[in-house]
Amino acid sequence: MTDAPPRPRSRKLFERKALGGQSPVAQALTYGALIVWTLIVLVPLYWVLATSLKIRIDVDSGPFYIPFVDYTPTIENWRYIFVDLGRDTLRPYMNSVVVALASTVLAVFFGSLAAYALVRLTFQVKIAAIATFILLLAATIAAVVLFSVPWHVALGVAAALFLLFLGTLARRFKRALGNNDIEFWMISNRIMPPVVAVLPIYLMFQKLHLLDTQIALIATYTAVNLPIVVWLTRDFFAAIPYELEESAQIDGASKFRIFFTIALPLTRAGLVATFLLVLILAWNEYLLALFLSNAKAQTMPILVSAQNGTRGPEWGYMSVLIVIMIAPVVAITVALQKQIARGLLVGAMKG
Amino acid sequence: MHGSAFAGWLDQQTGRIMLLPAVLILLAFAIFPLILSAYLSTVRFALAPGGFKITFIGWQNFKRLVVGAQQYHFLGTFKPLGALLWIIFAILILALLFWLFRNLGSAGASVSGLLGRLITATLLAALALLVLATIFAGGVPGTLVNTLFYVAVGVTLQFLLGLGLALLCARPIRGRNFFRVVFFIPLIVTPVGIAYTFRMLADMQKGPFAPISRFLGFGEWAWATDPWSARMIVLVGDTWQWTPFMFIVLLAAVESRPYDQVEAASIDGAGPWQIFRHITWPAIAPVGATVVLIRLIEAFKIVDLPNVLTNGGPGLATESMTLHAFIAWRTQDLGGSAAIGYILLFVSTITCVSFFHYAVRRARKHQR
Repeated sequence: MTDAPPRPRSRKLFERKALGGQSPVAQALTYGALIVWTLIVLVPLYWVLATSLKIRIDVDSGPFYIPFVDYTPTIENWRYIFVDLGRDTLRPYMNSVVVALASTVLAVFFGSLAAYALVRLTFQVKIAAIATFILLLAATIAAVVLFSVPWHVALGVAAALFLLFLGTLARRFKRALGNNDIEFWMISNRIMPPVVAVLPIYLMFQKLHLLDTQIALIATYTAVNLPIVVWLTRDFFAAIPYELEESAQIDGASKFRIFFTIALPLTRAGLVATFLLVLILAWNEYLLALFLSNAKAQTMPILVSAQNGTRGPEWGYMSVLIVIMIAPVVAITVALQKQIARGLLVGAMKG
Repeated sequence: MHGSAFAGWLDQQTGRIMLLPAVLILLAFAIFPLILSAYLSTVRFALAPGGFKITFIGWQNFKRLVVGAQQYHFLGTFKPLGALLWIIFAILILALLFWLFRNLGSAGASVSGLLGRLITATLLAALALLVLATIFAGGVPGTLVNTLFYVAVGVTLQFLLGLGLALLCARPIRGRNFFRVVFFIPLIVTPVGIAYTFRMLADMQKGPFAPISRFLGFGEWAWATDPWSARMIVLVGDTWQWTPFMFIVLLAAVESRPYDQVEAASIDGAGPWQIFRHITWPAIAPVGATVVLIRLIEAFKIVDLPNVLTNGGPGLATESMTLHAFIAWRTQDLGGSAAIGYILLFVSTITCVSFFHYAVRRARKHQR
């Protein structure tokens, strides 16, 4: 069967102990590789933490590696960031917390609502209606930017025309898109690079006088993460046995009620996974915040990246900011890694 | 109660009411911006007293990027190809033609299929020529080539590392949960934080690896002044962050491979390579193709790392397309910014759709 040449002396060393087991050498190599990667993961994180406890001289005349051994740790940087800068640190931090939490709640709520509807109900959207809609939207934009029609007027006229079309001509057209098409459209929005959409979003919020507010960021993040929520939660809803909902329906419960009292509780684990994933994405978001926030609504990633100021980054202060920025997400991950991984797996493993 | 006309109507409309918020949000933040952006890419935007002035200039923004004054920035500076590079390019063209015509004779040939293949092949040939004329012929790559570099090299590297780690972690070892949790961490660390952290680590004067650098004789070597070392640092940061994603998904795939087959093959004396080639790889290929697709989609959007780690420099060596668009926006060139965004949209969409058709679907078909 096996044609491996005999290895007389080191035979024991290379022999598998049992089926599925490994020889000691293979095992040592496996552990060696895994430990090397563990170090690759942890050393950068350790270095940030260590640097946050160094005074400037220890940073500049370094490298020093271990506190109490080759340098004296101090909380000077921490004091500066939290006491001297105080509100300048706290405000971006609270912005990040508020924006991430609010946008995640909204995205998960609206996304799961849509996903549930797509799983349990059938939809028919006439292609002609979509085409009309896009035409009217383009016409509205053209009217506003080319002929400087006030945007509320243009929008109102377009909406009226669209409703008129739906009520009259739309009946004549037959070809329609179904649930799968709607779902594909929603999810495919994720492919779009945010930089394509961000300029118009910027102009839109400028018109509404909402630039540099939490509302602008919350609304945008909700939209950006919505496709992910639909994509993940539809599988959770599809996995619930339909009989449960059917019997509730016979008892006269409305679809909303079924959604809130049966579907949501039954998919709790999946929703938690989705929530955590989206929360982390919103917390880490950089590009959109760069465009849409300035000083008031600045989030943590923007504060940190702005440290690259005139004198170059102050590594000590910077490290404190990085630590407080990544500590919550790292803590969540270490505590709830299984749940978050579950969300990722549902997305990636589906056929 | 539910007999009333209103409640009945409401129940009938439930589906629409449930779907409507999501649709409206996406219309307002994806479809509307997409259309307005298409318009913006055809205008010149200039600040004027009391506001701004918009002039329609047609394809000029795109022209400027592809053949005009911004070509050096977007596509790069070309050098003429030598004989060897022309041969390489010719071989590639022949391979693409072979691929195009091989499918013509098959039963599944269709007009739309041919059209799709033509689009994919054209894009591939154009990008290959671009890469040859900039990187390999000694020219200077622009932001499009930089982005392709991050996407192609980064995703490949992350896939291989993630797969390797997953195969190691799937073995019967102690402490698996520990490794699993630790390996997961980089994925969720804020990219801006990663960028600064790697900037500190790469500091060859006071960073942790400075003594090693000195020992090896590189001295206080400044990686940020060399285009390739700067690109490598960005790539290292990106790989540190995204290998976990590949790892965690591939690990689940490896663990769910048919274990009885592994066992049987092992009894029959199959080596690890044979088991991988004939059992593990076919079992994980569909999932592997899907994660690569997801990663491709996200990789084209890279901006945080190059912006914070290297500021796009030295020169424009590490600047990605998204960063290029941001810089254009910051200099009031709204039209140019929108044009770059649109080209990025086209390149990434064609790449991802092609990958879906020719890799993900095939991997899934083989499974059945």
